[in-house]
Amino acid sequence: MLTIKDLSVKFPSRFGDFTAIEDVDMTIKPGEIHGLVGESGAGKSTVGAAVIGLLSSPGYIANGELSLGNTNLRTLTPDQAHDIRGDRISMIFQDPQTSLNPLMTIEDQLIETIQAHSDVSYADALKRAVDLLEEIGIKDAARRIKAYPHQFSGGMRQRVVIALAICTDPELIIADEPTTALDVAVQSQVLDLIRRLAKDRQIAFMLITHDIGVIAQIADRVTVMRKGRVMETGETAQVLGAPEHPYTRALMDAVPPLDHRIKRFRVPDEDGKGPVTGNAAEKWLLEGQQHALTGLTLTDICMRFRGPRTSLWRKPEPFVALNDVSLEVRPGSILGLVGESGSGKSTLAKAITGLITPSSGIMKLGDDILPDGKARGRKHPSRQLIQMVFQDPYSSLNSRHRIRDILTEPLWFYGFVPDAREREKLAAAMLELVGMQPDAIDKYPHQFSGGQRQRIAVARALLARPRFLICDEPTSALDVSIQAEILNLLKDLQAMFGLTILFISHNLAVVRQMADDTAVLRNGRIEEIGSTDSVFERPSADYTQNLLALTPVLPKAWQSTAVAG
Amino acid sequence: MVYFILKRLVQSVFVMLAVAFLAFSLFRFVGDPITQMTGVETSVADQERLREELGLNDPFILQFGRFTADMLQGDFGFSYRTRQPVAEMIATRIPATLELGVVALLISLLVGIPAGVYTALRPRGIPTQAILLTTLVGVSIPTFVIGIMLIFIFGVQLGWLPTFGRGGTVQIGGWESSLFTIEGWRALLLPAITLGVYQLTLTMRLVRAEMMEVMRSDYIRFAMARGVPMRRLHYKHALANTMVPVITIIGLQFGGVIAFSIVTESVFQWPGMGLLFLESIRFVDIPVMGVYLVVIAFFFVLVNLIVDLLYVAIDPRLRVRDVQ
Repeated sequence: MLTIKDLSVKFPSRFGDFTAIEDVDMTIKPGEIHGLVGESGAGKSTVGAAVIGLLSSPGYIANGELSLGNTNLRTLTPDQAHDIRGDRISMIFQDPQTSLNPLMTIEDQLIETIQAHSDVSYADALKRAVDLLEEIGIKDAARRIKAYPHQFSGGMRQRVVIALAICTDPELIIADEPTTALDVAVQSQVLDLIRRLAKDRQIAFMLITHDIGVIAQIADRVTVMRKGRVMETGETAQVLGAPEHPYTRALMDAVPPLDHRIKRFRVPDEDGKGPVTGNAAEKWLLEGQQHALTGLTLTDICMRFRGPRTSLWRKPEPFVALNDVSLEVRPGSILGLVGESGSGKSTLAKAITGLITPSSGIMKLGDDILPDGKARGRKHPSRQLIQMVFQDPYSSLNSRHRIRDILTEPLWFYGFVPDAREREKLAAAMLELVGMQPDAIDKYPHQFSGGQRQRIAVARALLARPRFLICDEPTSALDVSIQAEILNLLKDLQAMFGLTILFISHNLAVVRQMADDTAVLRNGRIEEIGSTDSVFERPSADYTQNLLALTPVLPKAWQSTAVAG
Repeated sequence: MVYFILKRLVQSVFVMLAVAFLAFSLFRFVGDPITQMTGVETSVADQERLREELGLNDPFILQFGRFTADMLQGDFGFSYRTRQPVAEMIATRIPATLELGVVALLISLLVGIPAGVYTALRPRGIPTQAILLTTLVGVSIPTFVIGIMLIFIFGVQLGWLPTFGRGGTVQIGGWESSLFTIEGWRALLLPAITLGVYQLTLTMRLVRAEMMEVMRSDYIRFAMARGVPMRRLHYKHALANTMVPVITIIGLQFGGVIAFSIVTESVFQWPGMGLLFLESIRFVDIPVMGVYLVVIAFFFVLVNLIVDLLYVAIDPRLRVRDVQ
């Protein structure tokens, strides 16, 4: 049993000590899955790192008790602590792509771990490793164990990671966002596996995640953290069913529901402010609307890439990323495009924006045919009419440009405003429109948080006076409350300017909230397309039904009713 | 795999053709070969006859073809200076340069890699700071100064080691080696250290940077969390991953060691290809210079090919295809 009492962790710096976590209390019993939830910067991972003794330098435990069973974890020498790691406490990392050594076979990595903690022969260790892999759901384990990590798919790799974590029968496993990098279907399998291991082997799990849906699904108890402090802790049903702390409530309200559509998300800081207000930027954008609402029609779009060469003499089999994709984004509507990683969502976005050339098919913006990729000139009008908001706001803004340069660029590039001072005024007004202070214009991107940066990215896209906006996973890099703000903003702007939006996401609940129509993409094919309500309420394709069933959600009873409508 | 190697081989052929073209241009267009071959007393008619006989009036492409074909058959022409076949001159010099280069490389690896690992694992220790500072000094002093300093200390003041030339060589087939006698090693030591110091610093700093990067990676943190013994963690997990990018640089370095041993060879009067090249420049011995260029390029291409193969050997991602 793990006991944490009054735990504080500090990081000394030039400007004094920074307290990462303060007075954290927690106990985890054998066989219990204890959820640790909170937004980025809440100190969740720091708790895990402190327990396993791998705080990144120069962090140190300033105060508190930390014990596993009868062992006091704070008084261990570095060597003793290293012996406990793997033997009694183990860990699962977020990204299975990077947490296995690429140069060693699974066999080598499993056996070195088993032999590090128990005195067994190679043959015995191998037998144990194969049995374990079978148990964890890897078929043909005796053969597959000889493979290297890159030969496994993402979900299988996470199984291998779990096998590595439990191969020494630890008492406690710290799982740091174990399913965040996985697709829904795989996520649900991995969560099932964790639940089974907790029950059968009586392993205590500390499940660190930002996803309340995951917590609701498998955690026995939950601790809510914010800014390094525990807000609330208790049985999952009690904490999520009747949250005592307003922060827990706010966190839950920000989670988009899957089964119905709400008008707006209730965001803590936005109360009373309401939707964005009109100003100079709004007037300017409305002025530019000589074009009527513009839709997009795709007919039989195919995209083939050159595949890997299997033989010297044979032509390589092409890899088909998109296979006869036809869809229509109605003028002034939002089409949600959902699919797992590798389904071709981003390839489609690239084809529409002309970054790649489709192998065949016709794209039409309004009534005009869009030339393919390279045939589309730099000055082609669609380069202005179609704009894009990217997934990662940390890399989509040039970090060496001031916000001023970033925002005024489309204004001079497309020749809208010849006067530099006018441009700047407009950029400042646009910042206000997306809910930021106009003085942000003098700053650099690194001075803003992820959510603020995404607002800037939206402002940049709008300053090109687009009629068609592609949002490629615009909120998947953001915390859930920030996600709610950005989604509200996009909804407001869409309603105000009659934008047509292609909204790409792997998150079904987000699409449910945003889209008028929904298309489900799988392996480059459209599985299903129709109005969002019909796709979510009466899915016709098996695949869609499966996806919907596997998405972790808050039970209906726990959802707040105040914001539904 | 086979496809990958074939692709590299074809690329190498093109690189060699480009270099051969350069060498040929040097030979053909830097000065007139005829005036250099003949004296002032040769009549114009004789010069013209010679020009016709040697095929210098043929179209350019034909001459280049003939030049390449001759090269491929090992016929490198004759030196202006010594009137010997160039092939023979180069062949007698290659062993000296190769031995010097290999020993210098070994010194740089045997000292550089362990030092890099040590300084990466104990980034704050006093020995680490000392090593970093010393090597910084080492890298900022030009090679010839280091050579002269070594000669002064170990050759002149202490009198431990010879200061120039090769000694105690043994003839094995056509290969004149100094690796089999103590005398040979004594002569080799100073030039090899001089040549290796710069590479050593580079290797060390590269290994250090890469290793520190690898130590922060997820799979090392995961191995740490599983309690993999530290020794294995450092030398099996981390070092292998460190070496993947480092090998490329070491390969390029070796090419560089061979090509730029000129300075060291001249300081120590080491009878290798570099010294031959310097002498050839002094006498405008263009055939030797051209062939030197081709031979050095050949070494570069060869080493790069070996590096590519090593890559495949180390990294399973290049060797084993995805099963699923």
